Formats: sequence, structure tokens, C-alpha cells
Amino acid sequence: MAKRDGTLTDPEPNRTEQPSELLRELVAHLRQNRTQLREEWVVRITETRLLTAMTKEEIFAEATSVYDSYVEALETEAFEALQAYARNLSERIIPRGVETHEVVGIVLLLRDVLARSLFAKYQNDFKKLNRILDAYEPAANRIANTVAVGFVQERERVIRQQQEAIRELSTPVLQVRERLLILPIIGVIDPQRARQLTEQLLRGIRTNRAKVVVIDITGVAAMDVTVANHLVQTVEASRLLGATVIVTGLSPEIAQTLVTIGVDLGKMNTVGDLQGGIEQAERLLGYKVETLAEPR
Amino acid sequence: MEVPILKQGAVLIATFQAALSDADLNLLRMGLVQQVVKFRSRAVIVDVTAMDVMDSFASRTLREIAHMIRLRGAETVIVGIQPEVAFAMVQLGLTLEGVATALDLEEGLAYLNEKFKTTN
Repeated sequence: MAKRDGTLTDPEPNRTEQPSELLRELVAHLRQNRTQLREEWVVRITETRLLTAMTKEEIFAEATSVYDSYVEALETEAFEALQAYARNLSERIIPRGVETHEVVGIVLLLRDVLARSLFAKYQNDFKKLNRILDAYEPAANRIANTVAVGFVQERERVIRQQQEAIRELSTPVLQVRERLLILPIIGVIDPQRARQLTEQLLRGIRTNRAKVVVIDITGVAAMDVTVANHLVQTVEASRLLGATVIVTGLSPEIAQTLVTIGVDLGKMNTVGDLQGGIEQAERLLGYKVETLAEPR
Repeated sequence: MEVPILKQGAVLIATFQAALSDADLNLLRMGLVQQVVKFRSRAVIVDVTAMDVMDSFASRTLREIAHMIRLRGAETVIVGIQPEVAFAMVQLGLTLEGVATALDLEEGLAYLNEKFKTTN
């Protein structure tokens, strides 16, 4: 406050400088000291143990391009290029396991490093420093914001993509005969997929008015206790809807899991393979399959 | 709200209209257990299609109804449990053990007809 009062009596010749001029001066300063500032930034990144998933050379290479885009964004005040760069960068580093806090961390570090260099440069001219910071800070914050938002958006995009992949992988509920559904399950079942399977099956029972369901888990190598319990719950829930469930193709490992969690085998109707399961289901439904002629 | 009990041949049908209070459930239990002998019914169907929530008291009452009716010499079928309700019940461990269930009223009647045929 006292300093601001001082400006009234101080005939400062540069007082009328436009913010854009200040930014231009700032950009020139950052361009001049590019090598040194970039180096300092990289040192700070390593010191704070950010981006541990990347090698030193990679950090340096990325830091160089981030620095240049940063300065360019300051100069042009156009953020589209930076936004595209941030998205591109996120695309490359997300699969490497880089976290949001790291990306935000490095951008804030760069902001601090540059601010420090401005302090050093204008330490004898406090008013000028103030004006330079006035111009620098909003732009710098906007850059940090843009990069962080870009990263988070990219991450969300990746997550959405994975969710879609899961949904596509999800298992169809198929009607093979009047009132008989089969549900072949292939691949790893995690709790989320298990829940989805159950929902689909129960809905399928209702819409197809199924009386018997064959769940084939030949394609499931192993199952943890949570999922095994879920399977048992699915069997019980299906019974509440009036449908009998036959589970087929239990691997020895899954049999072991079911025994370990102490499943009440009276409730579980299990048959060795899918064919046996369908035959059993046909018996339950009163079908009789006959060969009419010798197969040619 | 009291649950109406309809007589359909040898079967009594009780249809839940909406979520019921504990007192209503107790009334229903007494009504069914009395009427099953009064009308010499062979079976009771409880239709819960309209229930989108089934708490532990309702679930326990349904099981008690089924067991009491068996002791009175008839059979019970619970019909119309919604898929979401079914899974929620199982997760709470309310599996209605020893109680027959069917998809809807039609299925329940078909199940009983089948059963009457074999026992006749």
C-alpha cells in the first residue's frame, strides 16, 4: 500500500506502458534466458520428485517443448495451440502412469521459476516489477489452468473409452429355447462386470419369461471370493424370479474357491459342461430331444 | 391399507398394492392363515409386483406366512419379485429359503396346477 502511494509522487516515465508491451518485454526476457530457466525448471522437477515415471532425458525434452509453448502462449495470448499441446502431451504420458498432481505440479513449478527470474531481473525497480507481474500472473494462471484442464479432460476421455470397452465386452443373454436362456461368460470378471451381468440376466429372465438359465463359466479361469459370492447371489436372485440356474464349466480353481467360501451346494445346480447343462435344462423344461435320422 | 385376499378356485391370491406398513403385513398374515383353512384352499399366491422396496420385516413376514401356511396344510408361492428387488434382497441375505417363487401370477398358477396334477 505504501508503495502504491509512492507512485503518485514518482514521475515514472514508463507508467503508461500497455500490458501487451509489458508482456512483450517479458517474453523477450524469457526467450533470452531460455536455456538457464529451462535447466533450473528441470532441476526443480527432479528435486520435487515429480514425473518419476519418465527418464531424465524425456523430462528434459518435454520440458523444452512445454517451455516454448508456454512462452508462445504468453506472447500470443492464444491458448488453442497450448490446449492442443496439453492434450497431445496428456495422451502420451497418461499411459505411463503420470498423475494429475504431477502435471499441475510441474506447470506451477515453471510459473514459480519464471516469477523468480522476474524478481531477480527487476529487483531494483519495484514498480516495474509490480506491473510486469500484473501482466504475467493472469496469463500464467490461465496457462496452468488450461494445461490442468486439458490433462483431466484427456484422462476422463481415456476412462470413458475403457468403460465403453467394458460394456462391449459384456456378455449377451441368449435364448436358446422357449424359456431357456444361456449366459456364456468369458474372461476376467471384476465386481463391476459381475454386477452388470447380474442386472442383464435378471432383466433377461423377466423379458424372456425364462424358467431355466444356464450360466457357462468355462471361459473364466479364476474368480475371487467377492465375485464367487456374487455368482451365488445371482443364483439366489434368479430363484426369487422363479428361474432355476444351472452353472456349467466350473474350473478346478473356481470349485476350490466356492468350497473355500463355503457355498451351500444345495442351492447351486452345477453340471460339468455346457452340453450337459443344456440337456439338464431341457429335462427340467420337459423337452425331449430325439434324433430323427442317422447323421449323414 | 389392507391387502385384499381373492379366492380363485382352490387358490387364495393376495396382491400387494404398494409398500405396506408393518401393521398391514401383520394383518395380511393373520388373514391368510385364517382364510386358508376356512376356504379349504390348497395354495396361496402372494403377488408382490407392486413392491419396489422389500425391507427385512416384509421379507421375514413373507417367509413366516409361507411356513405358517405349510403348517396349515397348504402351499405358498411368492410371485412378481422385481429384478432389482430380488438382487437387493439377496445382498441383505433375505433369500426366502424354502419358499416357492415364480415370475408372475400366471407362472405361479401354472406352477400350482402342475403340482396339483402330480399330487392328485
